[in-house]
Amino acid sequence: MEVTSRQFKENAHEAMQDENLRAALGRVKTGFTTARRTAADALPEFEDLRDQARDIKNHVLDNLDYYLEYFEDQVTQQGGHVHWCSTHKEARDAILKICRDVDAKTVTKGKSMITEEIALNKFLAAEGIEPIETDLGEYIIQLADEPPSHIIGPAVHKTKDQVTELFHEHHQKYGYTEREEDAEKLVGEARAVLRHKYVTADVGITGANFLVAETGSTVIVTNEGNGDLTQSLPKTHIVVASLEKVIPTLEDVSTVMRVLARSATGQEMSVYTTFSTGPKRSDDIDGPENFHVVLLDGGRSEMIGTELQELLRCIRCGACMNHCPVYHAVGGHSYGWVYPGPIGAALNPQMVGLEEAYHLPNASSFCGRCEEVCPVRIPIPKILRHWREKAFEQQIGPKPDRWGIEIWGFFAKRPALYRLMTKIGARVLSSLSGKKGRLKKLPFNNGWTRCRDLPAPQGKTFMEQWAAKGGRGD
Amino acid sequence: MSNETDKIEVALFVTCLVDINRPSVGFATVKLLEQTGCKVVVPDAQTCCGQPAYNSGDRRTTKQIAADVIKAFKGFRYVVAPSGSCAGMIKKHYPELFADDPDMLLEAEDLAARTHELVSFLADVRKFKVDDVEFEKKVTYHDSCSSLREMKVKDQPRSLLAGVEDLELIEAEDREACCGFGGTFCIKYSEVSEEMVDRKIDNLRATGAEVVTAGDLGCLMNIAGRLYRQGHKMKVLHIAEILADMGDKPGIGEERR
Ligand code: SF4
Repeated sequence: MEVTSRQFKENAHEAMQDENLRAALGRVKTGFTTARRTAADALPEFEDLRDQARDIKNHVLDNLDYYLEYFEDQVTQQGGHVHWCSTHKEARDAILKICRDVDAKTVTKGKSMITEEIALNKFLAAEGIEPIETDLGEYIIQLADEPPSHIIGPAVHKTKDQVTELFHEHHQKYGYTEREEDAEKLVGEARAVLRHKYVTADVGITGANFLVAETGSTVIVTNEGNGDLTQSLPKTHIVVASLEKVIPTLEDVSTVMRVLARSATGQEMSVYTTFSTGPKRSDDIDGPENFHVVLLDGGRSEMIGTELQELLRCIRCGACMNHCPVYHAVGGHSYGWVYPGPIGAALNPQMVGLEEAYHLPNASSFCGRCEEVCPVRIPIPKILRHWREKAFEQQIGPKPDRWGIEIWGFFAKRPALYRLMTKIGARVLSSLSGKKGRLKKLPFNNGWTRCRDLPAPQGKTFMEQWAAKGGRGD
Repeated sequence: MSNETDKIEVALFVTCLVDINRPSVGFATVKLLEQTGCKVVVPDAQTCCGQPAYNSGDRRTTKQIAADVIKAFKGFRYVVAPSGSCAGMIKKHYPELFADDPDMLLEAEDLAARTHELVSFLADVRKFKVDDVEFEKKVTYHDSCSSLREMKVKDQPRSLLAGVEDLELIEAEDREACCGFGGTFCIKYSEVSEEMVDRKIDNLRATGAEVVTAGDLGCLMNIAGRLYRQGHKMKVLHIAEILADMGDKPGIGEERR
C-alpha cells in the first residue's frame, strides 16, 4: 500500500475531525479493554503464560534457521511446497506463478496482514485475477477501497450506517435492492454474496497465525470460519506467512494460543482454529489438491541480533492498539502504513524507512500501556526510544526541536547558570500572569498554549526559597 | 522524639517542574518527610533528571546530565522525588543508559536502589500514617503513567488519602489512561495530546469531584491548563499538598488570592 506516514500530523488532524471515526474508536477503547481485563482476571496463570509465550518466541528467534528448515522438510514430506521469498516482489511473483499454473481467474482470501504488506490485491487485480476478501471486515474495506485500520478488526473504523451504504451500493447487482439497516441481516447478506464466491474460486489464499515446525502445519484462527472455506474449497491453497511465525511444536502453539485470543478480543479461544497439513490425501473428503507456503522475509532477518529482534515476537493480537490512547485518538489510518498503533510505530520505521516514518515513534507519550498488555512482553516504548535516538543521530526531524533540546541541555549541565535562568524565568512568567495564576499565550512557542493555559510559576523557585531559608523547610 | 543527629537523611530531588513552577509541592514534600522523622537535604548541584533530552533521543546529553545527578546524590541513604516520572527516570533508565560502562553502571544501579517516588516512600518505606489532616472535599486521583507503570504506585496514594479526614475519594472511569502530557509530546503533537486530555477531563469531571490530584506535576499542569481553557471549575493539587495539609492554597493554575 502507499505509505503516508510522513503526513501523520495531517492524517491525525483529519481523523480527529471525523465524527464517525470517533464513535467507532470509542467502541474499540471500551469494548476490547474491558474484555481483555475480564479474560485475564479469570485466568490466574495468565501472567505465567505470557512469560512462557515470550520464551517460546525467543527460543524460535534464536534458532530461526533450524526451525524454518525443519518446517520446510515437514511441509515437503506432507506433499506441499515452500517458496522462500526475501522481498515483497518475490512473494507477489511466487503467488502469481502459482495462480497462473492453475489458470486462476478468481481467488478468495482469508484475512492476512502479510498480503496487505505485499499489496497483493492491487497486484493480482492488475494481472487480471480477481481477489475476494472473505473476512467480513476485510470485505467491507475492500468494497470501500481502503486499507485496514486495525490488525484484527480491519473495518473497526466503519459505522453500521456506512456498511449499509457500501452494501447497498455494491450488492444491487446480486439482487439486494433494499437498503438493509439491521446488523445481523447485513452479515447475512454478506455471507450469501460470499458463499457463491467460495465455490467458484480457483485459489484460496490465507495467512497463518503460526507455522508448526514439527508437523509442517499452518494454523489460522478466525471468528467467522471464512478461513476454512477459503482454504478447503478451491483446488489450490496458498499460505502466505512471514518467517517469524514458526513455532516448534503443537504444544508450544497451544501455549501461545492461550494468550492470543484473550489479549485480542478477550475470548478464551477464537471460534475457529484450523490446522492445514499438506494437500488433500486420497481418502480425505475435502481439501485442496495443491498446498503452497509462501515464506516471506521482507526485511525481518535483518532485525535478528539487533535491538529490534524483540519485535519479531509479535503475534498480531492487536492488544497494544486496543489500549493505546494515541491510537484511540487518531485511528489506524493515520499511521500511514499496514501496521498501526504501537506495534506499527515500532515496526514501520524499519519496514518503510525512518525518514518516512519519523513521526510514528515520536507521537507517543511513553505511557507504557502497550508494553503492559502485550502478551509476549515486547518492550515497545524502549524500541520507540531507539528510533528517536537514531533520528537524533541522523538529524532527521524538525531542526527547532533539536535546537530547543540543545539550549536546554546547555543550561541543565550548568547548575549555577541554570539556577539564574530558572529564577528569572519563574519571576517573569509569574508576573506576566498577574493574579490570574495562568497564561493564555507564550511568546515563543504555541505548542502548549494552543489548547491549554499554562499554569504560571508561583514566584520564586524552590531552590531560591530553600537557600534563603538556610536549608530548612519551615 | 529522637534528636536531629539520629534522623535519617533524605536527599530531595526537587524536579525541575516543582522547582520552577510549583515550589509549594517541594515544601509539602519536605514537611511530609520531616513528619516521618527524616532530615531533608537538598543537594545544590541538581537541575533536572534529563527526561527532555532522553525522550528526544539525545542520549549523549542525557548521559552527561545523569552523571551529574549521580554525583550530586552520592552517599545519601535515600533519594526522594515528588514525581513518578523523575524517580522512574533515575530508577529504571539511568542503569540502562550506562549499560556499556561498568563503572558508571555500578553507580547508576546504586543510585537507582536508593531512589524513591514520594508517595511510595511514605507508604512503603516509612509506613507513614496521615494524622490530623482535614480536607472536606470530594477528590479524584489520576494514575499518572510513570507512577503507575514504572514505579508500581497504585494502592499507596489511595490508602494515604483514606487517612485524610472528611476526604471522599471518587474513582474516575479509565483512570489509568494517559492524560496526554508525555513531556515534549504534548507540545510537539499538541493536537493529539489535546484529544487525550479532553477524554481524561471528561472522565474526571464525570465523577463530580471538586478536586483532582496525582503524584506528577506535569500531568497536573496539563490537566489544569486544559480544564481552565475550557472554562471548567475544578481544583488541581499535587497529592503531597493534600497530605501535608496545604490543600487550602490556590490550586495549580488557579487565581491567586
Ligand atoms: S506488539 Fe504485542 S500487543 Fe501489539 S499486536 Fe504484537 S503481540 Fe499484540
